[in-house]
Amino acid sequence: MYRIEKRDVLNETVTSLWVEAPLVARKGEAGQFIILRVDEEGERIPLTIAGTDREKGLVRIIFQVVGATTMKLNALKEGDFIHDFVGPLGKPSDLEGLKKVAVIGGGVGCAIALPVAKKLHDLGANVVSIVGFRNKDILILEDEFKEVSDKLIVTTDDGSYGEKGNVTIPLRKMLENGEKFDRIIAIGPLIMMKFVSLTAKEFNIPVVVSMNPIMIDGTGMCGGCRLTLCQDGRRVTKFACVDGPEFDGYEVDFDEAMSRNRMYMDFEKHAYEETCNLLRKGGEN
Amino acid sequence: MANVTKRNEMPTLSPKVRAKCFEEVAKGYDEETAFNEASRCLSCPTAPCISGCPVNIDIRGFIKKMKEKDIEGAYEVISKSSSLPAICGRVCPQESQCESKCTLGYKFEPVAIGRIERFVADYHAANSKKEVTPVVKNGKKVAIIGSGPSGLTCAGDLAKKGYEVTVFEALHELGGVLLYGIPEFRLPKSVVKGETEKLRAMGVDFQTNVVIGKTLTIQELFEDGYKAVYVASGAGLPNFMGIPGEELRGVYSANEFLTRCNLMKAYREVNDTPIMKGGKVAVVGGGNVAMDAARTALRLGAEKVYIIYRRSMEELPARKEEVEHAIEEGIEFRFLNNPVEILGYSNLDNPRDPKNGTVKGMRVIKMELGEPDEKGRRRPIEIPNSEYEMDLDTVIMAIGTSPNPLIKSTTPGLEVSKRGGIVIDENGMSSIEGVFAGGDAVTGAATVISAMGAGKLAARGIDDYLSKKE
Repeated sequence: MYRIEKRDVLNETVTSLWVEAPLVARKGEAGQFIILRVDEEGERIPLTIAGTDREKGLVRIIFQVVGATTMKLNALKEGDFIHDFVGPLGKPSDLEGLKKVAVIGGGVGCAIALPVAKKLHDLGANVVSIVGFRNKDILILEDEFKEVSDKLIVTTDDGSYGEKGNVTIPLRKMLENGEKFDRIIAIGPLIMMKFVSLTAKEFNIPVVVSMNPIMIDGTGMCGGCRLTLCQDGRRVTKFACVDGPEFDGYEVDFDEAMSRNRMYMDFEKHAYEETCNLLRKGGEN
Repeated sequence: MANVTKRNEMPTLSPKVRAKCFEEVAKGYDEETAFNEASRCLSCPTAPCISGCPVNIDIRGFIKKMKEKDIEGAYEVISKSSSLPAICGRVCPQESQCESKCTLGYKFEPVAIGRIERFVADYHAANSKKEVTPVVKNGKKVAIIGSGPSGLTCAGDLAKKGYEVTVFEALHELGGVLLYGIPEFRLPKSVVKGETEKLRAMGVDFQTNVVIGKTLTIQELFEDGYKAVYVASGAGLPNFMGIPGEELRGVYSANEFLTRCNLMKAYREVNDTPIMKGGKVAVVGGGNVAMDAARTALRLGAEKVYIIYRRSMEELPARKEEVEHAIEEGIEFRFLNNPVEILGYSNLDNPRDPKNGTVKGMRVIKMELGEPDEKGRRRPIEIPNSEYEMDLDTVIMAIGTSPNPLIKSTTPGLEVSKRGGIVIDENGMSSIEGVFAGGDAVTGAATVISAMGAGKLAARGIDDYLSKKE
């Protein structure tokens, strides 16, 4: 059992938890993830590590309430326990030697982009962060990004804060103005990562994306997290849990990944509604 | 008086009932039947059956005890060689091991050794009041990676010798493939739990949610004071055929499909893990895993289940009893058939149609058997122009696994074969001193009993190694 040390609400649907997991905290690096199970009957879900406190043995996860499991997770309070918490899984981000990097985060993906930006900053790289949200109300982690970025651009789809539009607009503008990056790192919704990759390709800048497919064991056993890379005209199957979760954005078949992520859409919707009702009933008692 | 020519039938749930539930299919012998079956044994002086057992159980010896109606005595004989008899009695392919060598089998049906073994183990579990006597510890720590059949066997043997054993398991529950792979109706999870609890009572320490190679490395285990490590991490990444359409929603690896059902209990309403149910299901492959997946799909409510196998019935690698059970339950075998493409639903008029990207069928080609290959199995060859289409909702690939890269990639100096299996010597030791390996992590996907045999070998190897090191 893994104790919740600290809980912060970042916005209406996004929550940050610091969880006591000393073995994971000791090793966890930017880019890696954990798998948790909220309770005895829970499903296993992967969440990327948003930070670690090695001394205190804490691991930070930031999640958006999108389904039944994240809703149950969100109902836990400080001092409560998560049933299972295993990691760190996947390969850490390889950031050595990068001098100038654009880190692009979309929505709750910013939580995963943050430790990457932080590590780059600690390594002495020049970090340009572009973080995008639907609107001002769901903006998260702005101050934390400011601390680790040489330049921070915030975008909102409706223009209620920062620049209006999606993250590719300021990125394209910078690239058109001749700004050069050693690498672009994009973490967020698949559709965002797809278009950042296409934009980066136009300007011949390498791009790395972080994939978050459906997963069970996370150790290379079940094969549920498979995705397709197009390498030299050949289609190659890879497993996000052991080969990733970061991949070359030029190579990932995003359309396929988007389709595969919809595998249990009906089931999830149903489970979400049921859990809503359950938690509501629980609240009345 | 026992019938010499025929063995006693195994009582089973009727196919109609069992096709709709996860209850164990084979109900096991009662006492009278078990004694009767034991009395068929000739107690022949050569006892060839023993050589057919990968862990060399004294089969003649335990059956002799059964002839004397001494069930606990029989259990003691078995447990000298096997730590997991309740499991072996259920999942071993006896017809190609011990029972294939039975002298009686030359003329008649061989003694049903596996069924008697299972009776003895189940009787012991239900009736024995004997406490496990704690062993005096020798103070030497051994780490075991993986709580599957190989790891549990090795843990049991070393604990009996006084070693302080810790088993590290990556998943949240113990049992490895016995838990996530083999379904409840073939091996009830309570049996697995009984075996792990026995080991716990013997002083074995279990740590779940620890992935060796990630959470801790083998190097760190030595730094933590472990004197030897046994890598029994099992087989790894599922294989796919590399045909078009395998990315479609509704295509599973057998590992994923079975894990969702067995480990995550997706078949129960209260559990959160989803799984595709109902419709028409095709399982590709002919091994035990394929049988398990097909019969699981049926129990989840599929209207029709096919097994697609590229060779003929004779080459089926699955355990005979499972094939018979699958046929009785109404699973349709399409022998000498091989998939060439999985077909997806695609509504060009409506790109937002939620069914786009799901499985709707499979194109299959008919095969014939050609010349034998290097293993002596006749090679299947495509028959030109014999392709046809099947209507399907789910396709499950059960065509084996490739070695897991996790431990290899984080353990410098660990030698692996061309196929990725860990290389070991005759004592089970790998290229790194003190690191032993066995089971599927060495051989690739094989049987529960061969993994147990490897666990026994490694336990002996570790004991020799650490005794000499003094």
